[in-house]
Formats: sequence, C-alpha cells, structure tokens
Amino acid sequence: MLHLFCPYCQELREENEFHYRGQAHIVRPKDPESLSDKEWGDYLFFRNNSKGIHHEMWYHVSGCRRFFNVTRNTVTYEIYETYKIGETPAVTDKEETE
Amino acid sequence: MSRYSVFSLFRHALSHHENWQKVWRNPTPKDVYDVVIVGGGGHGLATAYYLAKEHGITNVAVVEKGYLGGGNTARNTTILRSNYLWDEAAHLFEHSMKLWEGLSQDLNYNVMYSPRGVLNLGHNLQDMRDIERRVNANRLNGIDGEVLNAKQVQEICPLLDCSERARYPVLGASWQARGGVARHDAVAWGFARAADSLGVDLLQQTEVVGIRRHEGAVCGVETNRGFIAAKKVACVTAGSSSLLAKMVGMELPIESHPLQACVSEPIKPILDTVVMSNAVHGYMSQSDKGDLVIGAGIDSYTGYGQRGSFPVIEHTLAAICEMFPDVRRVRMNRAWGGIVDTTPDASPIISKTHIPGLYFNCGWGTGGFKATPGSGNVFAHTVAKDEPHPLAKPFSIDRFHSGHLIDEHGAAGVAH
Repeated sequence: MLHLFCPYCQELREENEFHYRGQAHIVRPKDPESLSDKEWGDYLFFRNNSKGIHHEMWYHVSGCRRFFNVTRNTVTYEIYETYKIGETPAVTDKEETE
Repeated sequence: MSRYSVFSLFRHALSHHENWQKVWRNPTPKDVYDVVIVGGGGHGLATAYYLAKEHGITNVAVVEKGYLGGGNTARNTTILRSNYLWDEAAHLFEHSMKLWEGLSQDLNYNVMYSPRGVLNLGHNLQDMRDIERRVNANRLNGIDGEVLNAKQVQEICPLLDCSERARYPVLGASWQARGGVARHDAVAWGFARAADSLGVDLLQQTEVVGIRRHEGAVCGVETNRGFIAAKKVACVTAGSSSLLAKMVGMELPIESHPLQACVSEPIKPILDTVVMSNAVHGYMSQSDKGDLVIGAGIDSYTGYGQRGSFPVIEHTLAAICEMFPDVRRVRMNRAWGGIVDTTPDASPIISKTHIPGLYFNCGWGTGGFKATPGSGNVFAHTVAKDEPHPLAKPFSIDRFHSGHLIDEHGAAGVAH
C-alpha cells in the first residue's frame, strides 16, 4: 500500500484515493499535424519503464481531483517527493539528466 | 537421455529410485553459440527446444540469471485457453492450444495438461453481448466456444452462486471446453529436459549485463561469467525486457507492473473447471493438490518489486467470496507477485529489431503462460529464418508506429 502526500490537499493519504496516470513530463506535440508516424508512435506508446527512480503522474480522484507528480523508486516503492504540475523534481536519476 | 515410461519407473523402483539420471546437464559456457536465448522461463526454454527440434539449430545457450522457470513461469495461475477476439491473436493462441494437446508426449514429460474447460462469466447485458461477439469470432476462426445461460453455468459449476440474490448476478458465460490448466513447473522442466537432450546448454545463474555489437550487428552477450559470442541473441525476459533493450539503446512500448496471485490451503475437490469474471476481476481454479488458485489484477502503477499492492488482492478476494460463498472461510496459504510486461494493446511483441541478430519476444503481459509452446514455436522460426513466422508477423514491434494494433484488452484483461 502506497501512501501519497497530495501537494494540493497537503495530506498523506492511502493509494486507493488516487489513480496512477503514467509517466510524468511527457510533452504534448506542439504541432501534431507535422509529426511522422514514428514520432506519433513514440509519443503515444513508448515509455521509460525505468527500474529505479521514476517520475510519474497521479490523480487525486477521491480528493481534490487534481493531477500532481510523484518521484518514486520502482524497486523499493519508496516515495521521494510529490510536487505540483509545472514544478521540477528535486530528486532525479543521474543517468537521466546526463 | 533415458526416456520416461512406465517401464523405466518400474525398473527404477527395483533400485529404490536412487539411480535416476539428472534431468539436465549443468554445462560450463562455450565461447561461441549460434543462438543465445536470454531468459530461461517457459517461453525461452520452448524457443530453445523448437530451435533444436524443428530448425536443427542445436548450438544454443539459454542464459538465465536465476534458475530455470523461476520467474513468471513459477508465478502464474496456469490457465490455458485460446478464446481471443481478433484473428491475429486467436490464430496465435490456437496454435499454442494445439501444441498443448500433444505436449506431454512430444516432450516425454507429463505437463499435466488438463482440458477441464474455462468459463468466462457475464454479469450484465453488455458482458453478454461481448461474450456473444467473442464466441462468434472464435467459431469463425475454428476455435470451440459456446454461449451458456445462467442455468447451464450452474450445471457446470455448482459451487458458483448463480442465484438471483447473488451480489454479482450471473447472466451467462462463454465456455471453451478445450481450455483448462497445465502444471507450470512441469512445462518449464519438460522443455528444459527436452532441449537439453537435443544439445542445448542451459546456463543458470548467468546474468546478462550487456549486449555486444560489431559493426551494428549483435555479436554476443556480456555476462557475469564472461563474454559469450553469438550471431543471434533472442531476448525472452518478460518484465525485464525494457532493461535489456536499454543495453542497446532501444526503447520498447512496454511497462512493467506487478501482478498478484494467491493459493489457499489444500482442500477436497470442489471445483473441476476454471471460472473467470472480467467484470468483478476474479478468477479461480483448483489445482490437483487441492489448493484454490486465485488470480488478481495488476497494480496500476509500474514496478519491479515482485510484490503487489494490498488493495488489489483484497478487491479480488472480495469478489471471489461473493462468487463462491462456500469458500469464504478457506484460508490463503501464499500470495505473491510477478513482474509482467504489459503493452499498450495487451498483445505480445514477437519481433526482429532494427539491430541485425537481435530478437525480442516479450509483452505477454498478464497472459503469457497459455502461449508458452506456441510462443516458443513461432519465435524459434523467427530467429532461425530471420523472418517472422506467419503467425508472428502481426506481432512485430513496428505495429506501434504503423498503427496496426491488436487490441486484446477484452480477452486478455483479466484471464491470465
């Protein structure tokens, strides 16, 4: 059972209140018309699936109904931080930023 | 390799069963193989077996970081069926189903294939419409299937609460009589023994840490036991597929999630078929040992932790208690999680890659066990001929860029 701290409600709540919404920080294509099939496929279907530090989006569906981001370890399930949409994570994978 | 038979059993009985040959060798790695298969689960071992048997490629190594069949092969709920909706998937799983039927004889190893029938329940009108559509599609593809009403379901499965007062009323079900179960460990061991006897080297506790390339093409794998050269590397590593792909800078359209299951204490026979319900997300069968085998869903979030979240298994057991009120007080012996490799369309990836000599067989998600022989069979063809088996062609990784997805969420969603 994960316990997530909703940065909007400012409360630590159980995972049942939330929905997982996949990898965070995926930028929507600015000019969808000009995308190639390759770029579309990559945007829609290809995800990091990282083992270790992972930035992901959660939805507080039974609470404030707002989206926020979480940095979580996908092996230990430790949650390093939660932060609002638009903010940058404090914990990042070294390889990821290099 | 001595054959197993009633005569060998009798002969060994005379020597108190102390002289049985080891089931497979434990060889030291050779320097060079024709094909290295990464992953010694059911699919990897089946691939090795069919490479040797049908394509005459015996200079093959199966490289496994743990022990044979110790990953998802050991963790699934052993259900077999082929009632998939779309033609591509139906043909692939039916190919596998046909191989199951003769597998024990083929491998000379009892995989305890038991075609005891599979019920997929419908709890509302839309479920029943979907069931009718799927059964019709199955029959057009030559796959057995029937639509049953609640009374017929009750006759097949008296344990199931089909009464009107049920929390989840049963309106009917689809029935695939040829579906059933097989013994998961025996499948891995059977394929391992048969592949070994054809000359395949099974290298356990050998972890791949890198994939080496020469002028763009694959030339071998780096392992914790040194470099092993091979012109072809076939990856069959389920939940860890993304990690292997990253070794060559490739991305896969796969996300790894924990999937849970549990078994009860052994009890007397009460359930002689497989019952699954997509709507309430629970399914159950009873093993020959007597345990009730119950499968839950995947955690919504990605993870490599090999353990699942409590609310997920609680949800499934709550549904099981409503569907089978008689088992409410049965205690669970064990619960566990495995890491499944889910794809966006819930269909597998059996594919060449843009790197010559590198092949992937992954993305089986929550339902790979039933496909073990078929998957190995078509993947062996793909690797041996360097072109996809006709049944594997639609499952190329290219489909995520071409848009030819095979959306099997309906058939693959729950029933593993």
